[in-house]
Amino acid sequence: MKWLALGGAAVLALLGAVAVGPAGLSTDTATVAIIRDLRVPRALLAFLVGGSLAVTGAGLQALVRNPLADPYLLGLSGGAGLGAVGAIALHLTSPWVLPASAFVGALAAIVVVYRLGVVTGAVLDTRVLLLAGVVVGAFAAAMMGAIMAVSSAAELRNAFVWLLGGFASASWQTVTVFAAYAAVPVTLIYVTARPLDLLTLGEEPATYLGADVERTKRTVYVAASLLTAAAVAVSGTIGFVGLVVPHAVRLLWGHLHRTLLPAAFLLGGTLLVLADALARTLFAPVELPVGVVTAFVGVPVFVLLLRRWPR
Amino acid sequence: MILEARRLVFRYDAAASAALDGVDLTLDAGELLAVVGPNGSGKTTLLRVLLGALEPGQGEVLLLQRPLTTWDRRELARTVGVVVQREEAAFPLRVREAAMMGRYAHMGPLGAPGARDEAAVARALSRCDVTGLAGRWVGTLSGGEWQRVRLARALAQEPRALVLDEPTANLDLAHEMELFELAAHLARADGLAALVVTHHLNLAARYADRLVVLHRGQVAAAGPPPDVMRRDVLEPVFGWPIEVGHWRETPQFIPLKRSESA
Repeated sequence: MKWLALGGAAVLALLGAVAVGPAGLSTDTATVAIIRDLRVPRALLAFLVGGSLAVTGAGLQALVRNPLADPYLLGLSGGAGLGAVGAIALHLTSPWVLPASAFVGALAAIVVVYRLGVVTGAVLDTRVLLLAGVVVGAFAAAMMGAIMAVSSAAELRNAFVWLLGGFASASWQTVTVFAAYAAVPVTLIYVTARPLDLLTLGEEPATYLGADVERTKRTVYVAASLLTAAAVAVSGTIGFVGLVVPHAVRLLWGHLHRTLLPAAFLLGGTLLVLADALARTLFAPVELPVGVVTAFVGVPVFVLLLRRWPR
Repeated sequence: MILEARRLVFRYDAAASAALDGVDLTLDAGELLAVVGPNGSGKTTLLRVLLGALEPGQGEVLLLQRPLTTWDRRELARTVGVVVQREEAAFPLRVREAAMMGRYAHMGPLGAPGARDEAAVARALSRCDVTGLAGRWVGTLSGGEWQRVRLARALAQEPRALVLDEPTANLDLAHEMELFELAAHLARADGLAALVVTHHLNLAARYADRLVVLHRGQVAAAGPPPDVMRRDVLEPVFGWPIEVGHWRETPQFIPLKRSESA
């Protein structure tokens, strides 16, 4: 029943997002072309990115044993953005190179954040980790600002808008590239669902219950970096989807990852499709960056979680 | 022989002396073995080496006659169930879900738990007398209930050996006794090899078949309680004057007040 409702919501959100827009819904050739070439790929891309970000958030939360983890808050998005901006500044803009350099940036960010998080001892302190994420994110933002100010690459003129997140550049090509890119890491996280359950108990009990802790951590960090990189490359830095969605799913589906992860994918996709529809219709013809919309929802949820989880 | 350790040596990085310095240990099916010793004597280090979480500098551990280094984690989890000292779930879990995690080493990566898994969990919950708690959140359990649930989870692994690290720390008397009763019963009635690390020498002497006393990383004494519960053995280890009395046949130790030891 819950699954049926979730699947139905996803389909309705996609149909609704395809139906709304300045050209409306009709069967004349121009409108059909707009729907086929703009709205449908845009809605699909938003769905895939939202699902990927939600799965990434859920996986990272299990790893750091804290519901406040999110690719944006842990600095992965910033690192990926910096990688992408660096690539553009160096005129490396092919659809496969951009995500690859974003991946390098995301992976570097998570390695630095993780190192900072364990700096106080052998044990990972999640509060230090989140602080480290914010600091690395701020540093990445500063570096991106510097590169954009100095670089001569024409593509960077609009980078500020792109970095706030949006699907204006969605096309069937970006949908295909993103789907191909994201399929492997999403699957990787999903097949580690059981080790992730065990990791939420702590590394030592997880080990004795049969989890290969180091391999699980490596898998999820790499997969999370890949997903964040792919998301940032096609749609900029969109925060809080990875935070809000797993939290909502936990309330309804519980905390076991075998159900949490697919439910998070569906709900994350649904929410980002709706957020994008809002972003482009609220002040039409002016388009809001979708990252602004998700932040409006996400920040209150973050504050709520911060108060409920004192650890 | 379920578990056998030969001349284990382990040294933490930058430590002046070895945490384990030539420790031998055996554990048979159907026996309860208690490892005792003062703080810092190497009990937890020994456990971690025996469970493959730490690699010994010298010596080796054999599980079912096979070197521990040749076991992978899942295989190990199907053979040895462990209740660690401290554990805190980061997210809320039902007791049933927590116990099912004992089955993960038997399951594939995907798919729902099968009938065998459900049966093993039901058996384990019933064995530890926590069937009635199955629907509760683990965060709402008392200390004693949580320990029994974790023991049930270890039993759901359907192991040959059970390892319990300070299982009765922070428990009140009745829960502590219940846990020792249960551990002893699992060894004797179910034929499990049970290893318990504990501070409670007197309870260990009454429930365990054999005691191993660790002192500064070495085995100070090992054997049945009457061989170990002796003044000349325990006084130097614990660094405090004691007297040994008896409750029925079992030796029990009594720490002396300064005014009594003069």
